[in-house]
Amino acid sequence: MAKPRVATTSLAGCFGCHMSLLDIDERILELVELVDFDKSPINDIKAFTGRCTVGLIEGGCANEENVRVLRDFRAHCDILISLGDCATMGGIPALRNQIPLRECLEEAYVHGITVYNPSGSIPDDNEIPLLLDQVRPAQEVVKMDYHLPGCPPPADTIWEALVALLANKPIELPYGLIKYD
Amino acid sequence: MNPIKFTIDGIRIEATAGQTIMEAADAAGIYIPRLCAHPELKPYGSCRVCTVLVNGRPQSSCTQPASDGLVVENNSEQTQHIRRDIIEMLFVEGNHYCMFCEKSGNCELQAIAYRFGITAPKFALQFPAQNVDATHPDIFIDRNRCILCARCVRASRDIDGKNVFQFLGRGAKRHLGINSDANLKNSNIDVTDRAIGICPVGALLPKRVGFHTAVGQRLYDIEPIGTAIERRRSAEPA
Repeated sequence: MAKPRVATTSLAGCFGCHMSLLDIDERILELVELVDFDKSPINDIKAFTGRCTVGLIEGGCANEENVRVLRDFRAHCDILISLGDCATMGGIPALRNQIPLRECLEEAYVHGITVYNPSGSIPDDNEIPLLLDQVRPAQEVVKMDYHLPGCPPPADTIWEALVALLANKPIELPYGLIKYD
Repeated sequence: MNPIKFTIDGIRIEATAGQTIMEAADAAGIYIPRLCAHPELKPYGSCRVCTVLVNGRPQSSCTQPASDGLVVENNSEQTQHIRRDIIEMLFVEGNHYCMFCEKSGNCELQAIAYRFGITAPKFALQFPAQNVDATHPDIFIDRNRCILCARCVRASRDIDGKNVFQFLGRGAKRHLGINSDANLKNSNIDVTDRAIGICPVGALLPKRVGFHTAVGQRLYDIEPIGTAIERRRSAEPA
């Protein structure tokens, strides 16, 4: 029987949740026995090669590309898991949600005290994904099946959740493995 | 005087006259989750996290007096459902960034959410515009984190004897005010006031003492909130 396939992505995140995934230490050897990795920054596979059992989503949606990738994951994965506070609550990128987008861009590219930008222009290129007016958590964009909060979620939390899912058992996290910090 | 007798989840409880359901439950070692209630303060009943069913009707146990023959449901599917929704609403109605909050690990809102096993809010996040008052040399208010429990309002008035805080506005616009619309520096608040330490979340904090306890050793890192109350019950002989 073919091994279940796992895909991962980092949307509006910092890759800290992926670091925490790697922080399962030598259990990563066990994990590669259990699963094959599909599209993921870990193996640098850029596009889905087929149907996946589990998709791990780090980060919320800050731009149109995040939304497109998240919808692509929903279309290709049986189970989608939010990985970390940015995916579940917006996280640090969502700090801009109270400030109008134009003000954020002008602070970053025009008025910021360390900015050197003689033309005063704000980057606007077809190659750059358009920003959303607000950062939204993953579950407000597509249906998410499980959430693993934390900044990042502890490695043990990720491990327990993956192992339970792969063994077809419900995810039951003991006290101490649900953390928001 | 004869003690008042009633039951919580079928367990026989005795209370003295004037005790609330929560006070009697605490004494008996039964934990009822709460945010606005505090043993040093008069009952207020604003957060509704302590909602129990009293003879089948939802009541806040911090304000409802114990009386003879009450049948109280504390840990039932319906009460847990009500409380869970309230806790999740508190999260989406504020801006709660636990990852950089000085109160994280010692925060009662976070600890209650941990106890309920909440992994993400089911409601849409509101991201309300709130402000920070850092004008005082020793204390700051971060209204992003305020859950309007009024512990500081009551502690300043009833314990510190100062009346520094009041609520301004109504409904979604309700917010914590100082001497009706001044800044912290214009008030007579002091860093030693009980009103500061009694805040259940990270809304009212002393400056320059954040992150002083290592992760893993903070109040709610090891045990769920309410464990100390529940230990009173398990300590009693069966």
